[in-house]
Amino acid sequence: MAVCIAVIAKENYPLYIRSVPTENELKFHYTVHTSLDVVDEKISAMGKALVDQRELYLGLLYPTEDYKVYGYVTNSKVKFVMVVDSSNTALRDNEIRSMFRKLHNSYTDIMCNPFYNPGDRIHSRAFDNTVTSMMMQVC
Amino acid sequence: MEGLTLSEAEQRYYCDLFSYCDTESTKKVASNGRVLELFRAAQLPNDVVMQIMELCGATRLGYFGRSQFYIALKLVAVAQSGLPLRVESLNTVKDLPLPRFVVSKNEQESRHTALYSSDADNPASYSGVIPPPPGRIQVKKGSVSHDAVQQRTSTDQQESTSPVVSPQQSPPTSPHTWRKHNRHPSGGNNERPLAGPGPFWAPFSEAQPGSSTASDPIWSGHSPPPHQENWVSFADTPPTSALLAMHPASVQDQTTVRTVASATTANEIRRQSSSYDDPWKITDEQRQYYVNQFKTIQPDLNGFIPGSAAKEFFTKSKLPILELSHIWELSDFDKDGALTLDEFCAAFHLVVARKNGYDLPEKLPESLMPKLIDLEDSAEAGEQTAEVGYASSPAEAPPSKSPSMPSLNQTWPELNQSSEQWETFSERSSSSQTLTQFDSNIAPADPDTAIVHPVPIRMTPSKIHMQEMELKRTGSDHANPTSPLLVKPADLPEENKMSSSVKYTAGNTVNGYSSSDSYTSDPEQIGSTVTRQRSHSGTSPDNTAPPPPPPRPHQSHSRSSSLDLNRSFSVTPGQQQAGVVAYPPAVPPRPQPSQGPGPHVHRPVDAEGLIAHTSTSPQQIPEQPNFADFSQFEAFAVSGVSKEDDDEIETHSESLQVEKSSDSASSLRVAKADGRVEDKAPASVPTSAGKGTTPLAPPPKPLRRRLKSEDELRPEAEEHTQKTGVIAAVLASQPSIPRSVGKDKKAIQASIRRNKETNTVLARLNSELQQQLKDVLEERISLEVQLEQLRPFSHL
Repeated sequence: MAVCIAVIAKENYPLYIRSVPTENELKFHYTVHTSLDVVDEKISAMGKALVDQRELYLGLLYPTEDYKVYGYVTNSKVKFVMVVDSSNTALRDNEIRSMFRKLHNSYTDIMCNPFYNPGDRIHSRAFDNTVTSMMMQVC
Repeated sequence: MEGLTLSEAEQRYYCDLFSYCDTESTKKVASNGRVLELFRAAQLPNDVVMQIMELCGATRLGYFGRSQFYIALKLVAVAQSGLPLRVESLNTVKDLPLPRFVVSKNEQESRHTALYSSDADNPASYSGVIPPPPGRIQVKKGSVSHDAVQQRTSTDQQESTSPVVSPQQSPPTSPHTWRKHNRHPSGGNNERPLAGPGPFWAPFSEAQPGSSTASDPIWSGHSPPPHQENWVSFADTPPTSALLAMHPASVQDQTTVRTVASATTANEIRRQSSSYDDPWKITDEQRQYYVNQFKTIQPDLNGFIPGSAAKEFFTKSKLPILELSHIWELSDFDKDGALTLDEFCAAFHLVVARKNGYDLPEKLPESLMPKLIDLEDSAEAGEQTAEVGYASSPAEAPPSKSPSMPSLNQTWPELNQSSEQWETFSERSSSSQTLTQFDSNIAPADPDTAIVHPVPIRMTPSKIHMQEMELKRTGSDHANPTSPLLVKPADLPEENKMSSSVKYTAGNTVNGYSSSDSYTSDPEQIGSTVTRQRSHSGTSPDNTAPPPPPPRPHQSHSRSSSLDLNRSFSVTPGQQQAGVVAYPPAVPPRPQPSQGPGPHVHRPVDAEGLIAHTSTSPQQIPEQPNFADFSQFEAFAVSGVSKEDDDEIETHSESLQVEKSSDSASSLRVAKADGRVEDKAPASVPTSAGKGTTPLAPPPKPLRRRLKSEDELRPEAEEHTQKTGVIAAVLASQPSIPRSVGKDKKAIQASIRRNKETNTVLARLNSELQQQLKDVLEERISLEVQLEQLRPFSHL
């Protein structure tokens, strides 16, 4: 389960960021911010690769002692960053992929909403529910 | 049996009833249970029911086909009207009221039957049948409702004006418009569709009373009682009953299509309405209103309202965008960014509710869900495929939907569209499953598990190690290896450069002692990293040996210096010059062949060794007669060795002097040194006489001493301090030696011996220190590398 999930817009500002509340959230914000560099690096490394879901999933961006950061980028350069606790049972890569897929689906649902202006912060309850289902269940 | 002619109302009614009974959506057979239930609700005596069943042929067939069902219903009507049950009565009886089906707690069905019996239009009789619900005027209902229905369905154009107004008005106000329309009479046809299904629904919704009371407050609160009748009459009807009313055009068209549609809608509506009661039900009027609104945007009831149009429309309701966004999320079931009729009605209903002060639900209420396709039983195969598509993605599995029933055929393309989307999802999921399988094959090479085992500490191991691990699992993650590999190899050369530079810089500094302490404190891991680093550094450009240790003065003082020393010895006795300090005092080159290799072996030096020296120095005096022996010894060619020994000793002492000049000498050492100096001084004198003789002086003695020192010096603990002690002693002795004047040969020889011993000791000490220095430098490099590794994470 993720500890922090963030949706970053194309211009690298956050559309949605949510962390497990017990942690020092600022640390996760900072981590997500720093991971953007790695995301950009991977995007540029991929070049003009054919758009495939595999390329959407960036994989492990970088590990630290406490947690691992995974990235996912959509075709419109909207990035999803997920911070997972390392002490957790090592989440399989597939699980991370499926979580990202769910996130992506929820995000597209939001985009379909005509009342949502792309670029606004995401306030959707449905999206919140999706994210909550993925977050760690920390009391 | 054949040739059953039904009036239109009857036909509709029967069709709805049939679809209600058609629990399995076969459209062919009505489930017996439902039929029996229906017949029980008809409040007919059992034998009559049996008779009816026989007559309609169901008993013959064993099931209720549509025709049988219709016949049965007709017979029920016949029976209820008190006519004898005859087959002939099916067609002969005219103006037969529609069969009434009474459910126990239901008061509405009688009301609705009253609707149906509008032909007869004797409201009074029905009001008697129906206990008057609070605030409801049954009598008016029939007419008003019919009118309302009429108006609704027929006056689309007139209502086109209302949409302009309506969005800003809550639906409760819409009855005004409707009532306006009520004044416009229209053909009676249009009321049929609503009337048909309307009463039909009521009998079979057990929850109706509750729902009616529940839904009433919603709307009645905002509508004055006179309106209630309009609303109330349809408040009890399940919202989807309005579905039938929604399609006036099609209704007026082929009956079969409509009946089929209505049957299927009836089916779902049945199910949905009978399951619960909630405030979210859409009444018929509301439904009609919504439909009309829909039509203003999208004339085709089967079509979509694009998101932008819907946004504009709902923005007119002046709800905050956030709420509208939420309403959209709730109502756009298939998440296609467009609203079908049902979705639109649901959205509109939510807007209305919100405007009336009701909080938006978190999930779409069932009554608002697009009910055209039930999850449990889908009337259409297409829907089923869509459902399957949804099932593949359970996370986003709203019930598959299609627009209103009559337009099922038209909605199939939409369904197929969405099902394609769903199929793509399923494809994706399957592809991901393939990916999953692929990954699972490489599961053992999961990065973390792969990394963990070789390295006890995950994050602290050197970057090199992580790179090794990354290289090992090249096959596992497609993306993962690339990045670390991309990142790491770039860092590797940097690290190597850095390590090499570090080594070089460290080599240039003499920090052996301090680093050695830290080295001992961090055993394995650093050792391991160091080993790895060594392995890598072995290939790196800094493979070259560490920079040469601090200048080895003794190198500079090679053999050539021996002569100088000898010369100095010859000179120093008379000079006491500090200038000659550079050279060991006048220590005659003593043949200490055994001491030659000795110094390199016996690094550890004891003060005891010195003491031994000093203690033996007096012994040297009696050994002075051996000086002559020295010459003998020297005679057979140990001179070179002795010279070397002398040189070594001298160079050692000199080097020590140079290197360890900072060391402070203890008084004891100084005393010893003085003793030695004294010994050396006299020794220097005789050596001045002859070079090389004195070195030979007491080879055995030095041997013995050396042996002793060997024994003493074997334990290498406290090397450093001992060495420093020795060095200090030697250094202290050095300057004093030149000052000694006129020392006898023995003293000189003794001093020579001592010097040589110290030389050996110091040489050994030097080599060991060099080794330690190397180790410490490597450790430092490893630590710095680790620091480098940690640094990127800190600033990332």
